Amino acid sequence: MKGFIIKEFYHIFRDKRSLVILFGMPVVQILLFGFAITNEIRNVDIAILDKAHDKSSTLITQKMLSSDHFVLQGYLESEEEIESIFRKGKIKAVIVFEPDLHQKLMTSNLAAIQIIADATEPNTANTISNYATTIIRDYQNGVNRTVPAEWQIIPEVRMVYNPELKGVFMFIPGTMTVILMLVSAMMTSISIAREKEAGTMEILLVSPLKPVQVVAGKVLPYILLSSINAAVILLLGYFVFKMPMEGSLLSLSLATLLFIITTLSLGIFISTIAHTQQTAMMLSLMGLMLPTIMLSGFVFPVDSMPVPLRILSNIIPAKWFILILKGLLLKGVSMAYLWKEILILAGMTLVLIGLSVKKYAIRLT
Amino acid sequence: MKIIVHILRKEFRQIFRNRAMLPILFVMPVVQLLILSFAATFEVRNIQLHIVDSDQSSYSRELAGKFLASDHFKLTGVSFSDKIARDEMQRSNTDVILHIPGHFERDLIKQNNAKVLLAINAIDGAAAAVESVYASAIIQDFNQGIRIQRAHESEGAVRPAAFSITQSFWFNPELDYKTYMVPGILVLLVTMIAIFLAGMNIVREKEIGTLEQINVTPIKKYQFIIGKLLPFWLLGMFELGFGLMICWFVFHIGIAGSIGVIFLFAGIYLLAVLGIGFFISNFTNTQQQAMFLSWFFMVIFILMSGLFTPVESMPGWAKVITEFNPVRYFVEVMRMVMLKGAGLQEILPQLGKLLVYALIMNGLAVAGYRKIA
Amino acid sequence: MIPNEPIISVENLTKRFGSFTAVNAISFNVMKGEIFGFLGANGAGKTTAMKILIGISRPTSGKAYVAGYDIYKDTEKIKKNIGYMSQRFSLYNDLTIRENIEFFGGIYGLSAKTIRTKSEELVEQLGLRDTFTLPVSSLPLGWKQKLAFSIALLHDPKIVFLDEPTGGVDPVTRRMFWSMIYEAAHRGVTIFVTTHYMDEAEYCNRVSMMVDGKIEALDTPSLLKEKYGARSMDDVFLMLARKQPLTT
Repeated sequence: MKGFIIKEFYHIFRDKRSLVILFGMPVVQILLFGFAITNEIRNVDIAILDKAHDKSSTLITQKMLSSDHFVLQGYLESEEEIESIFRKGKIKAVIVFEPDLHQKLMTSNLAAIQIIADATEPNTANTISNYATTIIRDYQNGVNRTVPAEWQIIPEVRMVYNPELKGVFMFIPGTMTVILMLVSAMMTSISIAREKEAGTMEILLVSPLKPVQVVAGKVLPYILLSSINAAVILLLGYFVFKMPMEGSLLSLSLATLLFIITTLSLGIFISTIAHTQQTAMMLSLMGLMLPTIMLSGFVFPVDSMPVPLRILSNIIPAKWFILILKGLLLKGVSMAYLWKEILILAGMTLVLIGLSVKKYAIRLT
Repeated sequence: MKIIVHILRKEFRQIFRNRAMLPILFVMPVVQLLILSFAATFEVRNIQLHIVDSDQSSYSRELAGKFLASDHFKLTGVSFSDKIARDEMQRSNTDVILHIPGHFERDLIKQNNAKVLLAINAIDGAAAAVESVYASAIIQDFNQGIRIQRAHESEGAVRPAAFSITQSFWFNPELDYKTYMVPGILVLLVTMIAIFLAGMNIVREKEIGTLEQINVTPIKKYQFIIGKLLPFWLLGMFELGFGLMICWFVFHIGIAGSIGVIFLFAGIYLLAVLGIGFFISNFTNTQQQAMFLSWFFMVIFILMSGLFTPVESMPGWAKVITEFNPVRYFVEVMRMVMLKGAGLQEILPQLGKLLVYALIMNGLAVAGYRKIA
Repeated sequence: MIPNEPIISVENLTKRFGSFTAVNAISFNVMKGEIFGFLGANGAGKTTAMKILIGISRPTSGKAYVAGYDIYKDTEKIKKNIGYMSQRFSLYNDLTIRENIEFFGGIYGLSAKTIRTKSEELVEQLGLRDTFTLPVSSLPLGWKQKLAFSIALLHDPKIVFLDEPTGGVDPVTRRMFWSMIYEAAHRGVTIFVTTHYMDEAEYCNRVSMMVDGKIEALDTPSLLKEKYGARSMDDVFLMLARKQPLTT
């Protein structure tokens, strides 16, 4: 048995190219997420149609450009130009100031400003509109400060767990989950499929090793690899991005181990269905990876999805693990609060293993 | 020429004979497209809200009522203690806590101002920002309502200066996220099929040993390459057409521009992407390696393509990297043509860049392929 | 005996991989129509040398001509005139027998009619009528090997190169395979075969023995046995490999 495990390790470590990608990819991904990818709106190209050319329009324009959200690309002369400028694709929004803006404002004859956004990117458009609105209202309040503000309700907003609104905190648990899935589920299924393809699986089954031992031996190296990957990702998050680790390290390790086992059992299950490496790969990729990324809450908030998808997301193990990670890392809760998620993961594992065992038993008879 | 026909026939036979591959090729992209298009949204809906009303006055109840009436928020709990509310947030039962402090109404009437506390789960920073905007808007709305009411009641009160701000959304007035995501997801699926299958295909022959056999025959390099890439080019184009039909029938997303332009661009795009897959196959010896390498590039390409997050928001060095990302160009063009009706002229810059990309990539791949080791 | 010209001539052929010399300045000729056994232990350099001759590996130095063409300049012309059967048989397992024949026939530029005629002959000869439309993967090993050989001969090449063609096959099938080889040789095809089954050496006209990249012996099997005082080619090989006489 020991010899078998050592052989598996040889297989993996000799494949330098795969190893480089295996360890390099999480690093690259996290760095990308941390430094390049963001949902925030910055450096958006806008144009202005200024029919007023007065104090208010100039001051508001200045205010908008002083934030790093907007970059002024030019002034338009008329409404006709708007459509073609949007079609060119560079300008994302046009601000229109009506004539005599300042005068109308001061006499409270409701001065009109239009924010026209190119909504082919609805999220950007919405955010741009909101930012622009906020800036305009800000200016408006400044003007009103000379007038006593009456009946003012002041909302005090506190951002909990992540006061600096750092995007990376969202992505690190997600990236870790995806990488673990990749290593554990995909690689395990491919490794087993490869033995089947080469025909050496039968040799193993004929040897004195019990099927359980064969599978365990295949799986052990990947547990190690996954654990290393998980540790690397967490360390990166902690040291480079100052991600907090509020919860206990022990809980974190145990939960991670549980998830690794869950994904391994997924990999084993896939290998019972797939007969060739190619099939195992495509199945893992399209049937596992994509839904995981999309439906687990990694990138898109689950609550915003239509009901059937929200239900679907419940059978994706990654979703539960991401909840656990967020709880442990960022909220600092104890395991007791996460019993539901843990139970679900454990349950999934048992079901998968049970199914796989049944399939193997059928094959051998 | 006839030789190419023979190679193509063999390739197609192999592809369609593979029982497992067929559903993967045809069923899965469809399913993915359907699911993902509905899942992919950055909108923030059904925001879990917990209200702590320590005032229990008519104003506080009115304010709470406004939140309940809002489409954005979903009430998940009410309590009298901040501690309970925070615990609920720890348990992920709520994401936003609205705390109306005691004396809210009294302060507003007597002192002319009052505070309201919002605690927002900011793990998802972007969502938190949006939630904050929504909540502030409701509060502001409520505030304005009180002012107008009071203004009526006390003559001579000063009316504050106000802008009337209209937000218009062009090309997608309902801010339908699907319209934005679906073309992009389509690009994604077509790309994955091209890179993964094409690259792995060549490596598979290497692994099995049939590649050696081919190298001993008088098949010329270009014949072999065309034979390997053409089937997947055709498959990719087919997937695109198929996907576009689904876009139309299921999502009612039509093409504002010309479908000819889309296919022209797609044709060149597929060449570029297949070239990448082919290029990768020159460096790998096993299917697993090929898959990993392809996966590595795919992830980077997808993340940096502007599909999910805007390219403008990336730092300078990242933007430079996206210049070399073919997916970025396709996503841009798909949106421009499908949603804005852009024509051939407007997409010329992207087309040009992609053409160069395809030539270089395939050139490198061809040069790197050796019949003689 | 009709006077014969060499159809393969090799002079000081060398192939180095970094500091390791796999093929060390070997020189030999193969005559038209002969069955030439290229023997040696695993790792002796046989396969490397053969890869050079079939035009998929470039030598480090030395000269070689196959079917009259220079292996440096005219590899494509060589490939038109040779057939090849690799260690792993290299037929497409997921295609049927007929489809494999169609593909390889087409690759070598045979007309559809020719392919059909040859398919018929092949099917009759090997008795594959029942399995003609089944995928190759359904054939047992011995049949795959015979099929691969036949397909290698499809385009009537002047030389056919066989790399360890009988690996893992039972002795009866092995003998059947060799009778196919004899038949082809009888028709004028030159056979260049590598093997590490020393008993198969007895079937060849001439045999060369490679040890550590060098050709240590080259002659007919009977002359070799005489020279080394051995009873079988096995013994000849052992002596050459160990570089000392066997105790009887």
